Amino acid sequence: MTADGGAAGFPLPSQIADVPGAEGWRSMYPYFTRFQPDDDERFWFYNSMHFPEPMPAFDTITAEVPYSAIGANTARVFVFPTTLGIEHRIVNGRVYITAIPVTDPDEIARRAAVFGERASYYYENWDALYEGWKARMRDLIAEIEGVTVPELPEFEDAAVVTQSRGVAQNHYVRENFHRCIDLFSKMWHHHTEMLMLGYGAYVVFFQFCKQAFPEITDQTVARMVAGIDVIMYRPDDELRKLARLAVDAGVDDLFTEGCAPDAVLAALAGRGEGGKRWLAALDAARDPWFNVSTGDGFYHHHRSWADDLTVPFAALPRYVAQVRDGTLAARPTEALRAERDRIAAEYRGLLGTDDEKAAFDQMLGLCRRVFPFVEDHKFYCEHWFTSQFFGKIRQFGALLARFGVLAEAEDVFQLHHTEIDQALADVMLAWAAGGPPLGAAHFRPLIAERKRMLAAMREWSPPPALGPVPEALNDPAVHMLWGVTQQTIESWLRPDSGEIRGCGASSGVVEGVARVLTDVNQIGEVRAGEILVCPVTAPSWAPVFGKIKAAVSDIGGSMSHAAIVAREYGMPAVVGTGDATKRIRTGQLVRVDGDRGTVRVIG
Amino acid sequence: MRPEPALVRRLTEVRAADRSAAGGKAAGLGELAAAGVPVPAGLVVTAEAFGAAMAALDPSGSIRARIERLPADAAAVARTAAEARAAVAAAPLPPTVADQVTAAYAELAGGQPVAVRSSATMEDSAQASFAGLQDSYLGVQGSHAVLGAVRGCWASLYNDESVSYRRRIGLPERDVAMAVVVQRMVSPRAAGVMFTRSPVTGDRSVVAIEATWGLGSALVAGVVTPDGFTVSKVTGEITGRKVGAKLRLHCLEPNGRGVADLETPAGLRDGPCLSDDEARELARLARRVEDHFGAPQDIEWALLGDIPGVTHGTGPAGRIVLLQTRPETAWAARGTAPAATPKPRASDHVLGLFGKAR
Repeated sequence: MTADGGAAGFPLPSQIADVPGAEGWRSMYPYFTRFQPDDDERFWFYNSMHFPEPMPAFDTITAEVPYSAIGANTARVFVFPTTLGIEHRIVNGRVYITAIPVTDPDEIARRAAVFGERASYYYENWDALYEGWKARMRDLIAEIEGVTVPELPEFEDAAVVTQSRGVAQNHYVRENFHRCIDLFSKMWHHHTEMLMLGYGAYVVFFQFCKQAFPEITDQTVARMVAGIDVIMYRPDDELRKLARLAVDAGVDDLFTEGCAPDAVLAALAGRGEGGKRWLAALDAARDPWFNVSTGDGFYHHHRSWADDLTVPFAALPRYVAQVRDGTLAARPTEALRAERDRIAAEYRGLLGTDDEKAAFDQMLGLCRRVFPFVEDHKFYCEHWFTSQFFGKIRQFGALLARFGVLAEAEDVFQLHHTEIDQALADVMLAWAAGGPPLGAAHFRPLIAERKRMLAAMREWSPPPALGPVPEALNDPAVHMLWGVTQQTIESWLRPDSGEIRGCGASSGVVEGVARVLTDVNQIGEVRAGEILVCPVTAPSWAPVFGKIKAAVSDIGGSMSHAAIVAREYGMPAVVGTGDATKRIRTGQLVRVDGDRGTVRVIG
Repeated sequence: MRPEPALVRRLTEVRAADRSAAGGKAAGLGELAAAGVPVPAGLVVTAEAFGAAMAALDPSGSIRARIERLPADAAAVARTAAEARAAVAAAPLPPTVADQVTAAYAELAGGQPVAVRSSATMEDSAQASFAGLQDSYLGVQGSHAVLGAVRGCWASLYNDESVSYRRRIGLPERDVAMAVVVQRMVSPRAAGVMFTRSPVTGDRSVVAIEATWGLGSALVAGVVTPDGFTVSKVTGEITGRKVGAKLRLHCLEPNGRGVADLETPAGLRDGPCLSDDEARELARLARRVEDHFGAPQDIEWALLGDIPGVTHGTGPAGRIVLLQTRPETAWAARGTAPAATPKPRASDHVLGLFGKAR
């Protein structure tokens, strides 16, 4: 019992103590991310799906910008009737969020009138709008790729004089840095432009299915909707092609379990025509298909395949072995499509009336219309664009390091983007004046301290939620995106039954040895036949699913990536467990029950 | 030319149209057999046989007339119904009926144990209301015992509740009849019931299975908390699994006569009595039955085999047989509001959802 005599609940934001050794964490984050006294009266949950680690200062931009775009979309652009936007707060490095609902019926009605007109314009013109969206997104990607980071040489380029440009390149240090931030913001506006409506269509179909078939699982609803030719499968398909080529070109002996990418690439260069062919194919596949982050585009250290070949090279030996023994099958797209259509047709057939069947057809049709966007936008936004974005910021870091402000380029991510502005101004002034920048003394100790605090905060177990539990958490969108339901909240409230509970995302029961990954960069450690236990998975993890027996994640719902890929591979998966990575250790024998959504340590 | 109405028929010859002569249970089992679903071999003692017996026992119709005159007084019903039951249970069967049943039993089971179960002929929802009120006899061996069990089933037509019900709706006693099913006794490892829609939510996309060790009578009698499985008809996924505390188990007495009611061995009580594959196989069978009848069904089933540590050498292990099917009535009667109706534009569905106040 708590002091006030209430039932067990979550701590209030004001009750969270600073992590020992990281008492200065507030200095890392902007004032508008801090919990306010009134925030104790609201329910917050830890967005560990997107932000499973403490936030480096720069990476808070992946909260600030998306929430700025999402809220604008729901509250102001499309005027969703029952919700404004999402507020976020940071405590001990972790991002907590809450939505601002609209509850006054008159206000809902007033908003609904606007929403109806605006939303139906998008739904009715969806396919054409999506084509336009892709063109705009490719333009944005081309723009971010084209941003240059001035080199600030001793003498300015003669063209500044001969073409009377008049503007020296230290000016462009700031302009181009701002350009990166501005493009990132635009990308996120486009990201949400169609996504909220896309989810809306899914939620409607989901609710209909749950009403007509109360026992239907979330994953079965998802299976009726899921696309077959999803762009996120493409990077994995490219790897399979490369595996086939390795065998064709007679260089397959280089791809062995645990092989180091650099060593393999060096060896290929010395393997004549075959090696050359393979390296050329690799280059062709890299752009754009290796622009997949090993995370979800929310942390600078989640590098892309293009940045770090460890992940693709971890998958290649197995694919190569499968090519050799003739078992590397292409994705059975026809069979998958037929099965998807069979499931939908059978549920349709079980509906009682022709009216219900007609409504089912409308909703499923709408879902399938919007789903190519829902499934593919991530590749354009979180992966392709964002990989380029972090790459550019890293280049600005290299500039700051070259001028001695930072010890190394990577340290740029320990600064908030407004602080980077100051550091760049310092360098611009120093280059102009001819003296040294003053930033080293200012930033280097601060960065060292921040790294220390991040390490300390990494050890903290954030409560899954804060504040008073709402009477009913009946927002299906929250369930779909975050796997958070009344039930998960209850299980968060009474942990430790020996059984780890989550959302059964892909059916089947299997036992095996656990491999707990807390950091995506450990992905190369996964061995065949293990059960993957991780905070959250991203699309670029797909190749590892070919090796494992089952997947367990802390965060995720039936539409989360781990769920989709696990179903694709037909392996059991339990997602949204809250804390499986903390309760399971690598090497333990675990039993994963994807039907019931439970995981148990059995040895 | 119409043949004489048969007193005894093979179960495999009976169809849904024979309900008035063979009763609902026999008609259902006959349909199952015809559809290729395994059911234990059996015969049906028809309503004609009942009619012949009653004609012999009560030629003037006085027993039935007394029942028809009964007031809605519970004590009066109890006394008169008990007398009627005693008379029906004690009266020897007419020789033609007795001979035919004896011969058919010998051909069916050759002295082996059988199950003798009531098969009511009434058409309306009374069928459902009477479920469980009419008697069944398990582990009946020898023609003398079989004849006694047939009389026992007939007598159960005069259970207090049945009589009260008929008086309430004013059903003429002359129209009341009872057929009896006699089937080879099975010795299951596990048995139970299954519904081709969720009894809890009415969901037609799942099969809900309840299962216990041994004979299903333990489950029907309510002396165990059964295991529960919910299986998707569409994907075969097991979406619900609950292991019950099965403290008792029923099995055939080793001598084949009657049912033993045992304490379940400790190792079995809290363990599932079905594997996932068996649950899925049951669900597949249930779906076939539902498709055959074109309506949700309430099915009794048995999975043959030994109960570990309790029975052994009892026949082909792993085989599933069905013991009864009847239309599901609770949800059929309830009717549900449609989950949605079509709208002018597909996107109007989204507008409807997001426009709703929480």
